[in-house]
Amino acid sequence: MSTLSERILGAAAGSYVDHKVDRAYAHDGTGVLALASWKAMEAGCIADPGRTCLIFDHIAPANNSVAAGLQQELRTFAGEQEICFSDIGGGICHQVMAEGIALPGEVIVGADSHTCTLGAFGAFATGVGATDMAAIWAEGATWFRVPETIAVNLTGRFHGAAEAKDLALTYVGRLGMDGATYRALEFLGEGVVSLSMDSRLTICNMSVETGAKTGLFYADETTARFLEGFGVHAESQEPEDCCYREELHLDLGEIVPVIAVPPRVDAVRPAKELEGIALDQVFLGTCTNGRYEDLARFARIVKGQKVKVRTIVAPASRSTLIRAAGNGVLADLLGAGCTVLSPGCGPCLGAHQGVIGEGEVCLSTSNRNFRNRMGVGGEIYLSSVATAAASALSGVMTDPEGYFAV
Amino acid sequence: MRFEGPALCLGPDIDTDLIIAGRYLRTKDRSLWAAHAFEDLDPALAGELRGKVIVAGKNFGCGSSREQAVIALKEAGVRGVVAPSFARIFFRNAINIGLPVAECEFACREGEQIEADLRTGILAAGGRSYRMNPLSPRMLEILAAGGLVEWWRGRR
Ligand code: SF4
Repeated sequence: MSTLSERILGAAAGSYVDHKVDRAYAHDGTGVLALASWKAMEAGCIADPGRTCLIFDHIAPANNSVAAGLQQELRTFAGEQEICFSDIGGGICHQVMAEGIALPGEVIVGADSHTCTLGAFGAFATGVGATDMAAIWAEGATWFRVPETIAVNLTGRFHGAAEAKDLALTYVGRLGMDGATYRALEFLGEGVVSLSMDSRLTICNMSVETGAKTGLFYADETTARFLEGFGVHAESQEPEDCCYREELHLDLGEIVPVIAVPPRVDAVRPAKELEGIALDQVFLGTCTNGRYEDLARFARIVKGQKVKVRTIVAPASRSTLIRAAGNGVLADLLGAGCTVLSPGCGPCLGAHQGVIGEGEVCLSTSNRNFRNRMGVGGEIYLSSVATAAASALSGVMTDPEGYFAV
Repeated sequence: MRFEGPALCLGPDIDTDLIIAGRYLRTKDRSLWAAHAFEDLDPALAGELRGKVIVAGKNFGCGSSREQAVIALKEAGVRGVVAPSFARIFFRNAINIGLPVAECEFACREGEQIEADLRTGILAAGGRSYRMNPLSPRMLEILAAGGLVEWWRGRR
């Protein structure tokens, strides 16, 4: 009787295992250091080039000649080693991996903390550093400590304007920024069936904000249907009776729109209590909320109206953008006055494309509101897609409940 | 595996954006990261790190996986970091880069001499001694080699 992490890693919680890595990926940021370590190791060849990816998303396209030079080096390396490569405009690494590459039951490592996003497929997916990645390139394997698991039992369904992001912020608020350090989160219960794949990705994405190693959903029909769309067949996984370290119960019907107040992701308060705070920028995007369903939801709220504050939209991937362009969602966003960027991380890490100024306030659908992250002296509040859309329309922080025409 | 030096006390939940801000990441110049370490926490800190042992609050190194955060501290001359708990990627990175880290909880006094022995798992601070959470044999081997790159080269 094991948790999903124990089952995938093949050992009991607490043990150290050496395990083969099924998918390994890095981006233009961490790839630079991974390549430096790789060269220092003089390892020769990548152990499994077909399962190794390099994905440009952090500063894509490059913002200056230094970044361009570093990217050129990585591009050449990807070509020489014949690894899978996604250049600028392809999208955020976690989303690119989510589109038919990551599969249930796999062990996935990414040189980025939000690799936990892919646990949504029932994979053991976790972030490592750049030098770890270089060693994984060389060996095709790495060591793990099998984590203990916290079960997050979900019941009911969302009501009103509440959405997956509100659930994510709510559990982060409940557990705290280190409440699940070294642990895995497993999302279970009858509430799971109502959650789309895009929603599950949002929910798993934020598990690292509690310190967790990963967050997982068991693969089910929703997972299989989603992957079929990419021509991949996947089997369901069944939960077993097992030993959880801790359990958390959340009724989706009781989740309300919430906002994380800077500079802590776990400082979560109902959106209603923060109404009226003046905004300088709204940002829709990132590996948390830049997927198709997010863009469509935002568009449904702002369609035919004009945003009152500068609003930046960065689609999570090229296929997200293509889909939004094909069915009017993109036109609705542009028509409402949003600025649409090329697919990628956009302003999330404060390096380009929408850095905020001293004293400015941004309402963002991303996952981190740390001090100065999007620009020195700026403040970041984190919210759901609906809260961001309602706030963009009114120009101040707004509870989406009234704005939400179902 | 020992490290020692005067304590530099820091608070809890210090994230990697605070250790080295995202705006300094697009370079391979390690001295630049050292020069800007903790800039958004306190711009004066970078100049005071050499020879020190950082004694931080819980969850040190949370947030982004950026290895530059560890490199910045190592380049700035930090001898080791002690905290009641670390974010796991930071912890792993520290071992891989060869910066000693130890999980241990005690009240930090600024400037007090810290002596830590990772093999015995004993940390001494101002005449008192504390037990640290033990590292796995593999982690100790990697640290002793000076980091994962050196460990890997030595193994071949
Ligand atoms: S979107 Fe933001 S959080 Fe996600 S990978 Fe990019 S920089 Fe990191």
